[in-house]
Amino acid sequence: MVTPLDSLTLVYQRRSGITHIVAEPAPEILAAMGADALTADEVAQRLAAQFDFDSAQAADIIAARLNELADLGLVERCYA
Amino acid sequence: MHEFRVQVGPAAFRIGSQWKRPLDQLAELYRDYPVPQIPDYSVRLESVSLLRRFIRPSVAINGDYMLPDAAPLPLEQGLLAAEMAMNLQMALGWRRHVLLHASAVEKDGKALIMTGQSGSGKSTLAALLGHRGWRFMGDEFVLVDLESGDAVPFPRLISLKNEAIGAMLATALDGRFGPLMPSTPKGDIRHLVPPSDAIAHMARPARPALLLFPSFGFDAAVREVGPSEVFMRLTQASTNYVALGEKGFSTLTRFVQTVPARAIDYRDGIEAEALVNQLWAECA
Repeated sequence: MVTPLDSLTLVYQRRSGITHIVAEPAPEILAAMGADALTADEVAQRLAAQFDFDSAQAADIIAARLNELADLGLVERCYA
Repeated sequence: MHEFRVQVGPAAFRIGSQWKRPLDQLAELYRDYPVPQIPDYSVRLESVSLLRRFIRPSVAINGDYMLPDAAPLPLEQGLLAAEMAMNLQMALGWRRHVLLHASAVEKDGKALIMTGQSGSGKSTLAALLGHRGWRFMGDEFVLVDLESGDAVPFPRLISLKNEAIGAMLATALDGRFGPLMPSTPKGDIRHLVPPSDAIAHMARPARPALLLFPSFGFDAAVREVGPSEVFMRLTQASTNYVALGEKGFSTLTRFVQTVPARAIDYRDGIEAEALVNQLWAECA
């Protein structure tokens, strides 16, 4: 469950029962991914279609955020 | 074992004690409250050892929910021990509402809720307002209904500490006070029976309309508090938020999205009352 408040967004994860309080771009990344398995490049491209930035430059930043979200258990690492 | 039963808001307590005196004090102070048939919680005031039942009697706080390192209290503070034990049952055991460590008063069916650290004055403010035209709902816990989001009263005895005792003796001229318990672990403590309308209407919930974070001891000031800060503070003020899972999340998120919140600083009760009335007129 995702509830945007002001500059922060609440994410309640049913599986762990933990409430996460996240700031941008975490909610935007989660929304862009939906239920899909994506690389950081692909997430960057989806976000670049919505927001005004260069997806090639943002991929590293998004990869770092994805790692943080994976540590929180909000996204899952897939190994091909 | 002597026994006393009391209903406070939605919670029913049975208090057992090896000594009669603390229960006589409870019975006198809670004499206008309903007596429940089936208690939710049992609390026991027991001696720490057989000898200490008679010699320098010392009260250990036991019950359905216990803190393993809770220090025993002298028998003269048995009333405080009972109140602490009842609070502990609520804090650790209650699951029917989101439990907030907060005070509340009601006017026109709407609730003013105040929360903050110990010493912020939330308890004294609720006691004061409860004697000045508001209905007192509670000075320790506010219970937020998981379905309706309403605030449910928990009007136990008002627990006055230190300077608040003198302030309320001057305000609640016809109030019924318990014995003064000096130098307890929480300072000087004296209980005050809530006004009669608080007891008569303790089953009547109210819609939360304003949340305040009072701070005592500073020049008068008001600051708006945003929903995410309110959410963080309320999760810290709740003992059962995590245990309630998704219900707790949805109840609290609705609360922070619908109830305006302000932090207020004040130097005395008169200043606080003026601020409260001003904000109530603006927000509620």
